[in-house]
Amino acid sequence: MIANYGYKDGSGEYFITINTDKCNGCSKCVDACPYGVMAVGEDLNDPLSDQDVAFVTENERKKIKYTCAPCKPSGKRTTPPCINACGMDAISHSW
Amino acid sequence: MVKKPELWRWTESRWTNPDLDWKDKVITSGVDVGSVSSQAVILADGELYAYSNMRTGSDSPDSSMNAIKWAMEKTGLELDDIAYTIGTGYGRVNVPFSQRAITEIACHARGGNFMYGPTVRTILDMGGQDCKAIHCDERGKVTNFLMNDKCAAGTGRGMEVFADLLGVSINDVGDLSLDIDEEPPPVSSTCVVYAKTEATGLLREGWPKNKVLASYCSAMAHRIITLLERIGIEKDFAITGGIAKNRGVVTRLEKEVDIKIMEKSKYDPQIAGALGAALFAKALYDKGKRK
Repeated sequence: MIANYGYKDGSGEYFITINTDKCNGCSKCVDACPYGVMAVGEDLNDPLSDQDVAFVTENERKKIKYTCAPCKPSGKRTTPPCINACGMDAISHSW
Repeated sequence: MVKKPELWRWTESRWTNPDLDWKDKVITSGVDVGSVSSQAVILADGELYAYSNMRTGSDSPDSSMNAIKWAMEKTGLELDDIAYTIGTGYGRVNVPFSQRAITEIACHARGGNFMYGPTVRTILDMGGQDCKAIHCDERGKVTNFLMNDKCAAGTGRGMEVFADLLGVSINDVGDLSLDIDEEPPPVSSTCVVYAKTEATGLLREGWPKNKVLASYCSAMAHRIITLLERIGIEKDFAITGGIAKNRGVVTRLEKEVDIKIMEKSKYDPQIAGALGAALFAKALYDKGKRK
């Protein structure tokens, strides 16, 4: 499943996309994120599956534009730590 | 003081399947407590038996109770007869008689699959206070989704505000907005509050009501497209939720995406979430019994 967490408002589209078919629930993104945006647990959008997957926490879904801003590419840093940490290439940002 | 008519008040509905007897069958139910409307769906052995669709009050537990009671009305069913209940929607954790809560994304895909058949791939749920675009497979399993609940633009609530502003019953908004000679440009503000200001300005310029409504419906359709594009629109395409009843938005959306939108199902399009929850309730009940 391609899970898009985030929102669109007057200033643009802000979505963190997680490919749950690739995600193995390893929690590396959770450890890498300095702001607690990522979490791993049962897939609430697929209640009949028993596999744990990564998702964006409910509290952060409406403000990732601001929470994720410090991790956005600037200077030497090219990709956000959550994307870097994921060995399965399951996470992407829309902005 | 003259009592102001409640123009935003949409028609509530309830239905019982006349060909079905619930006795000696496994009863499961789904309750969708949304921001604006609440629905309860009752299944007997996985077949649709009864549903209700009403306005959500200020209290989620009460709203869920009212919805299920209205669905059970005159059927002889009691709460104790229901084997498994699942809550969904905004108030999903506040359904006191439910065994579990499931997100509305999963429920809408499952419900949409039941209502519109296995060929449906794209489901757009235009609810009271949010908008969900869902892509699902032939079994109603979500394969891609996106939800926008940060902003009321493109939702039922926005439409209610406009019905009230223009003094038109919400049930007539769609038809009136199509009663125009030439399609006006869409209102430029996406925000409901600003769009309302803009509409007031248009009225002052002398625009007739139906033209203003056309302009707003068109803006709403336009806004939804950008969300749909992110998940990709694939045939068959169905719309659920209250806005599915608004021809003004549906026709314009159809024109913009250039895909035929599926005919309205014979059931109320607002029950998709609760229906999906009831179907999950059946699946989980069966799964629990097998263990």
